[in-house]
Amino acid sequence: MALGLLALFPLAGSDFYNELVTKVMILAIFALSLDLLVGYTGLVSFGHAAFYGIGAYALGLLAPKYDPANLWLTLAAAVACAGLAALIVGVFVVRARGIYFIMVTLAFAQMFYFVFHDTKFGGGSDGISMNFKPVAAIGSFIPFNLSDANHVYYFVFAALVTVFLFLRTLSRSSFGRALQGIRSNEERMRSLGFPVYRYKLASFTLAGALAGLAGYLSAMQFGFVNPELLSWHQSGNVLLMLILGGLGIMYGADVGAFVFVALEELFSSVTTHWQLLLGATIILLVIFLPGGLASVASRFRRLLIGAPSE
Amino acid sequence: MSDAILTTHGLSRSFGGLMAASSVSIELHRGKLHALLGPNGAGKSTLINLLSGELRASAGEIRYKGDDITGLSPDRRSRIGIGRSYQKTNIFPAFTAFENCRLAAQSREPRTLRVFEDALRFEGVCTAARRALEAVGLDNRSDSIASALSHGEQRQLEIAMVLATAPDVLLLDEPLAGMGAEEAMRMVELLRGLAPRHAILLVEHDMDAVFAVANVITVMVNGQVLESGEPAQIRASPMVRAAYLGEDGALAGYEQS
Repeated sequence: MALGLLALFPLAGSDFYNELVTKVMILAIFALSLDLLVGYTGLVSFGHAAFYGIGAYALGLLAPKYDPANLWLTLAAAVACAGLAALIVGVFVVRARGIYFIMVTLAFAQMFYFVFHDTKFGGGSDGISMNFKPVAAIGSFIPFNLSDANHVYYFVFAALVTVFLFLRTLSRSSFGRALQGIRSNEERMRSLGFPVYRYKLASFTLAGALAGLAGYLSAMQFGFVNPELLSWHQSGNVLLMLILGGLGIMYGADVGAFVFVALEELFSSVTTHWQLLLGATIILLVIFLPGGLASVASRFRRLLIGAPSE
Repeated sequence: MSDAILTTHGLSRSFGGLMAASSVSIELHRGKLHALLGPNGAGKSTLINLLSGELRASAGEIRYKGDDITGLSPDRRSRIGIGRSYQKTNIFPAFTAFENCRLAAQSREPRTLRVFEDALRFEGVCTAARRALEAVGLDNRSDSIASALSHGEQRQLEIAMVLATAPDVLLLDEPLAGMGAEEAMRMVELLRGLAPRHAILLVEHDMDAVFAVANVITVMVNGQVLESGEPAQIRASPMVRAAYLGEDGALAGYEQS
């Protein structure tokens, strides 16, 4: 149902809301990619924005100055770059556990942030503006036009659905179930014969690649990139989206992204101190709804059946 | 005669100044159930952890089927056929009993990177999981969430998970602890049935069970092997009685048998 609403939204919405929902869907992809780490593998990364930013910068750096970039080539390159970066970072960080994992992911992300912020490589703190939208050309065939906001909307929508379905399939596969086993009881997984390190590394790499996809889409939508995309605020925001929506529940990430942006818009229209209100709301939600918003459905169901809660 | 499948030589482990295991040399044979006795703190669980790879040896070596495996990681040891159970139930509490065993069996499945294939479609893995549940008598509880099982059932599940990995060597750390009389009897029967095809190291405080199933008994005290031999020999050993069995008259019941 939610999917149907999303699919029909551009018919009703204004340009402003179209763009806003597109942005939300991109954040939902970003949050989904983090959920693979946090919700499924039990790795709380506080540096996930690094890969989001790398995906975005890949487009910024690859796009020619006076010609539009090819969507498919740059998209593949962005995902590959983010995945490769995640693989390299992962080799070092997935050995760490708990609070140490949080700290080293943050440290690595800050390193990437300062590389883009303090060197001329990616335009420094100003970032890069792109003059053209990428073109979705396959040979001479151009299936859609990314200069049209509606086309961007549907392209992002398709990406979100694809990522969602992919991760849902993955979570039911042997690989996905092993990740959930690692989240639940890493020691036992090891004594059962699972090479836990390799599974975590694979999960970290995949999550990084998908975050790169989200970052690419963001750069595509707005036509510019800057170092803020990689900042720890961004890593924190996407964690909050997940916590709002519910960890380890696929649609939790989507719900979280929507609610987060909705609250942001709502509060910032009321007051300039909107972050105070946002923080308070999140605290209340975490205290009174520890499973996240996505757990409301199952709570309600339990209430109706009268079954005991966990 | 069976050959030794897992042997240790001079195996030691110290924690600071404490020798938790001191120059332990034992042999596990296929077809034999080797029981490990000793008071609390004797080093029994330390030995299991050394054999499973969760603890690194300070000195000495471990050989499995002739190969030196002293430096091998726990997951590698599991994959070459050394399975263990834990004294404190160590399961996946939020998963069903079936999924606990299915995951265990999946560790033997090389094609786990097929991310587009539902794990439940690997028939062999599911069958192995069902068999393991059946073996411990949990087949009627397979869809229950593990945390909702009774304590005794969780102990059974603990064993079922090891069995699902189809190991050659079983390292069982107090499998009967916390089981009811009926469950314990069933587990003893299971151990008896497993013994002919496996090499088993059993740490257990239940003397009735130990003397009922063990082919070989090793008694440890203060991290050292005090004596090792057949049950009759251990029962008759004055040293063992003085150090352990005699203390609380635990052996009294076996004098006549």
